[in-house]
Amino acid sequence: MAETVAVKLTAKDFKSDQEVRWCPGCGDYAILAAVQQFMPELGLPRENIVFVSGIGCSSRFPYYMNTYGMHSIHGRAPAIATGLSASRPDLSVWVVTGDGDALSIGGNHLIHALRRNVNIKILLFNNRIYGLTKGQYSPTSELGKITKSTPAGSADSPFNPLSLALGAEATFVARTIDSDRKHLQSVLRAAAAHEGSAFVEIYQNCNIFNDGAFELVKDPSTRDEHLIRLEQGEPITVGGLNVVHPEGSFGLKVQEGGTPIVHDATVEDPAYAFALSRLSGSDLGTTPIGVFRNVQRPSYDEIVRKQVHDAKAQATGTPDQMLDDLLNTGDTWTII
Amino acid sequence: MAAPAKRVEQLDRVVIRFAGDSGDGMQLTGDRFTSETAQLGNDISTLPNFPAEIRAPAGTLPGVSSFQVHFADYDILTPGDAPDVLVAMNPAALKANLSELPAGADIIVNTDEFTRRNLAKVGYAASPLEDGSLADFAVHPVALTTLTLGALSELGVAKKDGERAKNMFALGLLSWMYSRPFESTLRFLERKFAKRPDLVAANKAAFQAGWNYGETTEAFAVRYEIKPARMSPGTYRNITGNQALALGLVAAAVRSGLPLFLGAYPITPASDILHELSKHKRFGVTTMQAEDEIAAIGAALGAAYGGALGVTTTSGPGVALKGETISLAIALELPLVIVDVQRAGPSTGMPTKTEQADLNMALFGRHGEAPLAVIAPKSPSDCFHAALEAARIALTYRTPVILLSDNYVANGSEPWLLPSAAELPDLRVTFATEPNTDDGRFLPYLRDPQTMARPWAVPGTPGLEHRIGGLEKADKTGDISYDPANHEFMVRTRQARIEAISVPEVDVEDPSEDAGVLVLGWGSTYGPIGAACRALRQRGLSVAQAHLRHLAPLPANLGAVLAGYDKVVVPEMNLGQLAAVIRSRYLVDVVPFNQVSGLPFTAGTLESMLEDVVKNG
Repeated sequence: MAETVAVKLTAKDFKSDQEVRWCPGCGDYAILAAVQQFMPELGLPRENIVFVSGIGCSSRFPYYMNTYGMHSIHGRAPAIATGLSASRPDLSVWVVTGDGDALSIGGNHLIHALRRNVNIKILLFNNRIYGLTKGQYSPTSELGKITKSTPAGSADSPFNPLSLALGAEATFVARTIDSDRKHLQSVLRAAAAHEGSAFVEIYQNCNIFNDGAFELVKDPSTRDEHLIRLEQGEPITVGGLNVVHPEGSFGLKVQEGGTPIVHDATVEDPAYAFALSRLSGSDLGTTPIGVFRNVQRPSYDEIVRKQVHDAKAQATGTPDQMLDDLLNTGDTWTII
Repeated sequence: MAAPAKRVEQLDRVVIRFAGDSGDGMQLTGDRFTSETAQLGNDISTLPNFPAEIRAPAGTLPGVSSFQVHFADYDILTPGDAPDVLVAMNPAALKANLSELPAGADIIVNTDEFTRRNLAKVGYAASPLEDGSLADFAVHPVALTTLTLGALSELGVAKKDGERAKNMFALGLLSWMYSRPFESTLRFLERKFAKRPDLVAANKAAFQAGWNYGETTEAFAVRYEIKPARMSPGTYRNITGNQALALGLVAAAVRSGLPLFLGAYPITPASDILHELSKHKRFGVTTMQAEDEIAAIGAALGAAYGGALGVTTTSGPGVALKGETISLAIALELPLVIVDVQRAGPSTGMPTKTEQADLNMALFGRHGEAPLAVIAPKSPSDCFHAALEAARIALTYRTPVILLSDNYVANGSEPWLLPSAAELPDLRVTFATEPNTDDGRFLPYLRDPQTMARPWAVPGTPGLEHRIGGLEKADKTGDISYDPANHEFMVRTRQARIEAISVPEVDVEDPSEDAGVLVLGWGSTYGPIGAACRALRQRGLSVAQAHLRHLAPLPANLGAVLAGYDKVVVPEMNLGQLAAVIRSRYLVDVVPFNQVSGLPFTAGTLESMLEDVVKNG
């Protein structure tokens, strides 16, 4: 295992020599800049950081990071990252994906990576549209969305990515916004510090095919009434209203008066984080951002490596001797 | 009571088939008989045959499970075309196997199961034991269940446990008939039922009762001996193809010094490789039971990217799902071993039956021009060496390799002359650690002039940070490129580097050196083809045999070999997939011979087909 050495790196060290080719005005630029600026905080040499992506606009991301990186195939990044992370404890492995990549074609790998609690950090750029294929609805597009493939409106109800992740037993679930660099980096910091899978949804504007999708929670004139900032240990409020747990109800509610819930992301019962995730519907009416859930559970990597480590610790002899013993197992006979 | 003296006859070979209900323990019985036979030093070849259903309704034809073992005092190549002895534990087992028995064969039946109800289940109006329909056979009726329960009466075991021990009675009887050493079976029973001393006692008593029944009653007048075969000196064990393949992968990890990462999704008939490898963590083996076939290969590829020996094991339906990731591995030029234990298809097909119909998929079943290396083992023990060879090619040439096993070799078994670890190929690899240009840059697609492999620069290596992906890459730099000339160059380079893989020349066996007909096979048909060729030669006919282990690239001398014969016959368990490759590549009008019954070729089938070609052209 490589030692963690104190290296003084800057955002510039994480810029690759490749020309960035997203559309001008794309939210991905802001996320890239925020990630590059955050990377030195990991305290890891660049060679110990790997970005793995699938297919889609966001998945070009690894090419622009001066770390190790793989731009793989549609939906499969969590699976590839699982094999890499489980076999290389010395690496910090990040998955960059989008709403189509992670929630449509790669939905199976996403939920299984989360339930296993693989030690990977998943950044899901959610723009609620297919950008690279030029504007079809995605699994997070609102019902009735009119796109190239749904001229009469989409008939699909969308996923709530955070509800899905929580249902898949995720141990770390957070949401942030492309344009709020400070908040985005605070979430990255918390995700990086988490042992196990961290799932981060990033609202990302596609100014070509779905411009303004998150304007309600970004525009300074409206956001205070719609955006809920979750802070550990702080009461949860929005625009003078309180987020409360009405007696006899299963969920949370935004209302005048009452006692606001005090946020605690470490609550073991996922029902709490799930209730938070349900505060925002397709219309983004009241949308929490921040860390919803942050609990500890042994990671897949840790368990798997321990099994191998323990088995190796009991082994004696050189590898060739061990192999000879293995081959000679069971009922053998010798001919002279 | 003194046992009556029994006549002892010498035989040179015997084929026995144990057949019963899925729950009768026939696979176990066959395994044990095989192990005893191995101890004695006979050459052996086995063929299990079981339904995909875990427990089909008891006593029905679909529920019949059988195990065939062929043993001899000389080296044999197949599990035998037809049984000399059938052990039928119930009417269904008799009915399902009778048509394959030659006249004069011995049939040992458990008469206790020949009740009116059981007979009716399989459509027997009258008992075949009584209506004269078995007149051509030597029938030995034995009340196996009653005799077993009688032998256990004083042990106080539950009736159900007692009845279940009847397979050990049958094994004891057969072990007596063929003079097998039984110590290993008694030891096995002690291990298997270590937590249930009552079952150890019951099964041992049943075995002993079966043995004594043969020795003391007059029902069996003759006892047989088959002398040990003359085999090369060394230590042997009996091994199935799946076990050998798993051990070969462990050996590849040891000899390469790399951790082994297996990503697998359970699928018949490949799951046993996952089971076996999961036991060998002390060799640095990590096994991951993934959520699906795609994740299984994805994780293996991710591990390979990180510097492990990445492996995924599956059957045909799984390879279909893995296709896109295999293409990614081809574009990334990373080592990866994909094991396809073929079964009868298409779709779910017949999961426990054999076929060689995935060759086209292995060679061509991907989008774009996506060449890779393909190899196939020829016998159960050869799976060990084929796995090592697959790893050698993958690691040396940084390419995915498809290893085409099949159900016949995967579940069949034979004696294996154990190699010594130190004699196995050295598979150590060199990771890139330094920039590879004079001006201190690292070019991830700069190739080794010898192997055409690109550097394996794993994450964690300082100074070599780079990005790879499925998008077309510029030669040398690996940067994204849409340049037409570059794409043309890269497509041709990927093809050329597979063609340039060094593989051994194909050998031809042509003892008389005057054969006009060559039989060309690949993979698991080696045994039946070899046995058929031997039989023809013993009758004075000339025929040459060549067998392909490497399907891509093909051996360099194959064209010259084919040109040396008037006729080339290609038997395959598919509709002519290798034949089509040979025709298009060498313009040789081969004679295809195809069987897709889910069963392996019998030597007899091939012998008569080849006789016709040799005599009549």
